[in-house]
Amino acid sequence: MGEFKVHRVRFFGYMPSGIRCMSFNERAERLALGRLDGTLEIFNFKDSFYQEKVIPGNDSRSVEAVCWVAERLFTAGLNGEITEYDLENLCPKYSLDAFGGPIWTVACNAQGTHLAVGCEDGSIKLFEILPEKIRFERNLDRQKGRVLSLSWHESGTRIAAGMLDMIRIFDVQSGHATHRMLVDRGVSGMRNHECVVWCVAFLSDLTVISTDSSGKVQVWNAAMGILSSTHLVSKSDVLSLAVSKDESSFVVGTSEGTVVQFQFLANILGGDEKAWVRTKTFKPHTHDVRALAEIGTAVVSGGQSVLQDLQLLFLCHALLSYRLNTTNFPCAGMLLFQFPAQLEVWRLGESEGRGEIWAFVYYLSNHHCLKGEKWIPFQGEDHISCSAISPCGGWLAYSTVSSLRVYRLQCDEHVSISKVPKLPKVLRSAHQLSFSDDSSKLFAASTHSMVHVISLSQSECKHLHTFKPKSGSTEPVHLLAASKDGKWLAAANRGCEIHIYNLHKLKPHCTVPIYGSCPTAMGIHPTSNNLLMVHADRQIFEYSIVEKQYTDWSRRVQREGLHKLWLERDTPVTHVTFNPRNAAQFMLHDTYMFCIIDQSLPLPDNKCQFYNQITLKSLSEQERLSHAHAFKMCTKYQHLLFLGLLDDESLVVVQRPLTDIASQLPAPVRLKKFAT
Amino acid sequence: MAALFEGFTLCGVVSGSARAEAALLGVEAEREEDRVVVTDCGRSVTVYKVSDQKPLGSWHVRQGQSLTCPAVWSSRSGEYVAVTDSRVIRIWKDDDTTFEKTFKATVCADVARIHAAADSEPVVLFARGAVRMLDALLEAPQQPIEEVLSEEEVIRWSCSLVEGKQLVTIFTTEQKEDCYLYLQRFNPNSLHKYKLETGESRARPLSLCATVRNQSIKLLCLYSSGCLYQSVLSMRGTIQDGVQLLPRTLLLRLPVEDGHLSSASVVSLDEGNLAMVGVPHPSASAGKEFLCIWNTNFQTLQAAKELTGRIYGQLWSYSGRLYVPHGKALTVIPYECERSSLATALGRLQQDRSDGSKPVTTVVSWNTLLHEDTIQHQKGARGVETRQSKSRKSQMTSLLTVDQVLEKIKSASEDSVTRDVEMILSGTADPELQLVVGRLASQLVSRCQSDSAFYPHHTLAQLVHTRCVCHSLCPNLLMLALEKKDYSLAQLCLQHFPDIPEAVTCACLKAFLDAEESDLQTENLEPDSVSFMEGMVAVCKRDGALENGFSPVLLEEDSCDVNAPTTRAKGKADWLVLDMPCPVGVKKAALLNEILQTAHTDSFLLPHLKDLTAQQVVLFLQYLQFLYLKYYQDISAQAPGLRSPTVTQIMDWVCSTLDAHFTVLVMLPEARDLLFQLHKFVRSQVRLICELGKIQGSLQDLHKLKQTEDADLYSIEVIELF
Repeated sequence: MGEFKVHRVRFFGYMPSGIRCMSFNERAERLALGRLDGTLEIFNFKDSFYQEKVIPGNDSRSVEAVCWVAERLFTAGLNGEITEYDLENLCPKYSLDAFGGPIWTVACNAQGTHLAVGCEDGSIKLFEILPEKIRFERNLDRQKGRVLSLSWHESGTRIAAGMLDMIRIFDVQSGHATHRMLVDRGVSGMRNHECVVWCVAFLSDLTVISTDSSGKVQVWNAAMGILSSTHLVSKSDVLSLAVSKDESSFVVGTSEGTVVQFQFLANILGGDEKAWVRTKTFKPHTHDVRALAEIGTAVVSGGQSVLQDLQLLFLCHALLSYRLNTTNFPCAGMLLFQFPAQLEVWRLGESEGRGEIWAFVYYLSNHHCLKGEKWIPFQGEDHISCSAISPCGGWLAYSTVSSLRVYRLQCDEHVSISKVPKLPKVLRSAHQLSFSDDSSKLFAASTHSMVHVISLSQSECKHLHTFKPKSGSTEPVHLLAASKDGKWLAAANRGCEIHIYNLHKLKPHCTVPIYGSCPTAMGIHPTSNNLLMVHADRQIFEYSIVEKQYTDWSRRVQREGLHKLWLERDTPVTHVTFNPRNAAQFMLHDTYMFCIIDQSLPLPDNKCQFYNQITLKSLSEQERLSHAHAFKMCTKYQHLLFLGLLDDESLVVVQRPLTDIASQLPAPVRLKKFAT
Repeated sequence: MAALFEGFTLCGVVSGSARAEAALLGVEAEREEDRVVVTDCGRSVTVYKVSDQKPLGSWHVRQGQSLTCPAVWSSRSGEYVAVTDSRVIRIWKDDDTTFEKTFKATVCADVARIHAAADSEPVVLFARGAVRMLDALLEAPQQPIEEVLSEEEVIRWSCSLVEGKQLVTIFTTEQKEDCYLYLQRFNPNSLHKYKLETGESRARPLSLCATVRNQSIKLLCLYSSGCLYQSVLSMRGTIQDGVQLLPRTLLLRLPVEDGHLSSASVVSLDEGNLAMVGVPHPSASAGKEFLCIWNTNFQTLQAAKELTGRIYGQLWSYSGRLYVPHGKALTVIPYECERSSLATALGRLQQDRSDGSKPVTTVVSWNTLLHEDTIQHQKGARGVETRQSKSRKSQMTSLLTVDQVLEKIKSASEDSVTRDVEMILSGTADPELQLVVGRLASQLVSRCQSDSAFYPHHTLAQLVHTRCVCHSLCPNLLMLALEKKDYSLAQLCLQHFPDIPEAVTCACLKAFLDAEESDLQTENLEPDSVSFMEGMVAVCKRDGALENGFSPVLLEEDSCDVNAPTTRAKGKADWLVLDMPCPVGVKKAALLNEILQTAHTDSFLLPHLKDLTAQQVVLFLQYLQFLYLKYYQDISAQAPGLRSPTVTQIMDWVCSTLDAHFTVLVMLPEARDLLFQLHKFVRSQVRLICELGKIQGSLQDLHKLKQTEDADLYSIEVIELF
């Protein structure tokens, strides 16, 4: 195989934002997740837990609670607004002020007809859900003190509301509170502090479960308004609660980073009398567990922390789910780092006598006002959704939900940057941006799966053409790949479709047969023009664009099957790169490994050793040939965000070690450990 | 495990001092589990609902009349039955408000008790021993009643039991000093008379309790001596004539402070557990009364509850509750008996000990026991009456008591003493054993001391083997063994005595060091200790290859210490003599090992160690050095399971000996080499530790090196893929 020079980059200071809330949609098997910076992410649990969609956040918008209503997604936040999202265009559809001060919680009834929100002023507001919008219906009786948590009874006639020091049960019909259940403030030292009921859950048998700031999990009988049992789980807050669908168990998350499971079990084996019993305790986090979702046999927990241990039961996406395309790498020896509200450009330069060194080139923020540019503040500051730098290093483009900008970048002795004026009007915003290999064209994936082609020149930017998919799909495009010869453009959308367009004729060329799993990375081979695709279930396909069919190698892969250790890896492949030295080799990477796949070698079968690099190293040249297989795995670099090739064919790996992130997090709740 | 729960007061008890012997006439079960009929000593019968502590109904007899028998509930007819003025039987129902309008029948003899066993016809027991079914009696109330008992016999206790359709009535009588038990069976009617054994102490049966299971009646009898016996009778007995002795087995011997219990009562709770009142708590101070639950299987106290006020020796148990009158109230105490296991029984026992109170079994201080020996004698009676000895009593006419054997030891021949002691040991139960063995041992030792020809080695060894002897109990035993050069007994004592004073340890050490090897050859020492030493010597003879490639010789080479020109001249191989021969014989070594393993305190040991002569010290040190080198070479020498001294013990003894004799040893020419060797050896070990410490430092650095690898923000490296 050979040696590779590796530039190991760990100065990308990306800090993922903490997880604030989660909601699981049973029907679509999708998990919506809100982060502290207002970003919403949707994970598809049917498709290997792939991060399917990302709706970039906004500085002025906070997400306190997220709620699915059928296929629609609502959030509410401390800005007092309820927002519904357009999941096709990945942007807020509309926002509605509830006029009750900051909103702490939102809950939808089982019938999907009404949305209840709990406000700072103590009111619970009911909104009627209409096909296109929501409409305020009425207030329930207003109480003193903020409403922090809400839960509907299955029948839709009652609501449990968690407030300060108490839980109230409301009758929805009359709007009156029927029961008022006082929550004990806890230990004597805490008597002066109000007890905040962080979460309530209303079960179908009229049981209410509450978690509060004094570390208690309490089970109430809402029919009688009495306390059934109390479980002291933590010394600090119990912040999150999730009940399983069959209501036989629930999990709570504490600010100490533990997750505790309770189960509804018979007191005596085989007996009829059942009680909630604390069964399992996990400590998957170092910090607060702010959000939980119980999904069948799995529990998803999230918070502001770094995973300590990835357990099988816990599919934890706390911080590892980096946003896609946070880095972008062209061949001109430049790195573009994308942060939620800023971009950084780094360049590989020469320093006197000390060899190559990465130099910080430019910092661009969407707050930043360039010289000569007129700054137009838009309502709130939207976060960057995608960005790209051209292969020649001369162009830089980024897009937010509401605007798209292209900059001319000149870095000779001094760096100068200028905004390209008068962009074509079609360029409103983009889900994905890409430059052609010769940097003459910009491809912008827009709404309804359209791809705009813009020609770039020193003088002007001109809209050349807009490709529309034949299928009429409206799903957003998340991957774009242009061929090196500038003839082909491939666009993959979230609906798993991959369309190939002919850039010379400006016509759709063909559609790759749809595979059931979403593509996570793709690239067009520089010489053979074969499109290589890796899907969320880690299947690899190679499609010949010219012949409009799968290549022989791809068919061989499908026939022989991939190694089971490859299929068992749990993070998606995020980039595909081709080895210029050897046309038969391409490189893939996920978060924990990169590998070079040699198409000329036999595929590994399930019987042979998959991670065989150490074995091969110990063998002689001749023996290596008989033992080698197509997958050359390298697990040396962990927490990989990006892997690319420089002009001189050396590799660049961008890492973000979890320990670095952990060191920048605030100190967790102090735990008294034994003998400390 | 059994447990007593928080009790509550059901009702008050009116009792003048005149009626001191009983607080209530009786508490009887009613139709429901939760209801009881309480008959007080005066004139009233009250039905209580227990859980509510509430009376449901109450009936009083007219002034001048009195109730003479506890009222019972007849489940057959749904009526209450009581007796007033000994001869008038009254029957009434719930609806009746007063006694005046109820049915009454006058019979022509005094009635002792009426019993209504569950689901059976009430039985009337007359004071003179006749028994009638109530129905049959009421058909002709004036029918003549025969006299069964003799003139002076008085019924003390009675009960009625039923299993299946078989009904029996049991009652005990007392005539002067003798006690009898009568068993009346019905259909066909038969009466059996048994004599209750009272034993030598003339202990009186205080309380009885009968339960029936599988056609056999289990009778528990508590005697005033504090012994609880069990007798088993058959429900359907064969017809026998004459008065038989009721066979009995000892279940429990309870601690009784002043020899006799005055009033006590026992109730069987289940197969293994029984409740008692009036018996002193083994670890409580005198003057306090307790309700105790004892387990007869394990002879342990399961639960106890203090009762305030005086107790009357009355106790009833119905449906999971104990009813006990004490002070001025009738208290109801719920209880629970789970299946007992040995583990739980022991657990409770340990808990009791950790509380700081005395263990349940009464182990009196050895000294007091020995000195009170004579007093015990006068009291007589407290022989060894245990189950085993008791059961053998019928066969063996002449069973020796301990006192007789003690007497015999003073004069009898060695053989007969050996035989007698063996017999006593085999026939004595565990709690008794400690007492017996201690007394026997001290007696034997004093005989040996006075009579030099008398030395029963086997008997003494046997006594030590029981592990019931210790040094403070019999201080002269070990010294006697040394005197008689009985090394195997000395070894046994060293192994089994936990409390040998340092002076005696040193005396033993001296004796062992001086012992002739030829004497020891014939000694029959404990095989384990000998085999351990044989293994050790075998290791010594083996080719002494060093393990792990370690060579202390190399370490010493760079030592700048050149104070040993003689040894250096001999060559490197002799620099440290690791392969030294054992300076003592195997058996002597085994004995010395026992010394090394005894418990001691350095500061007490030192003055006595000074008594050793220089030769003894050198020999001892040589042996210790040998052991230490062996342990150092071959860690497997410390074979698991075998009793062997630890390295720490060896080092302690080396230090103590050197401390005690340092000045002497320094002056002694023959000790010079020995000291030098020890010094060198320890030095080499200290150096080894130093080197290990250095390695540890570099290993830690390696660890750090690995951690810092990831810290850089940027690096360029080359990887190779194959």
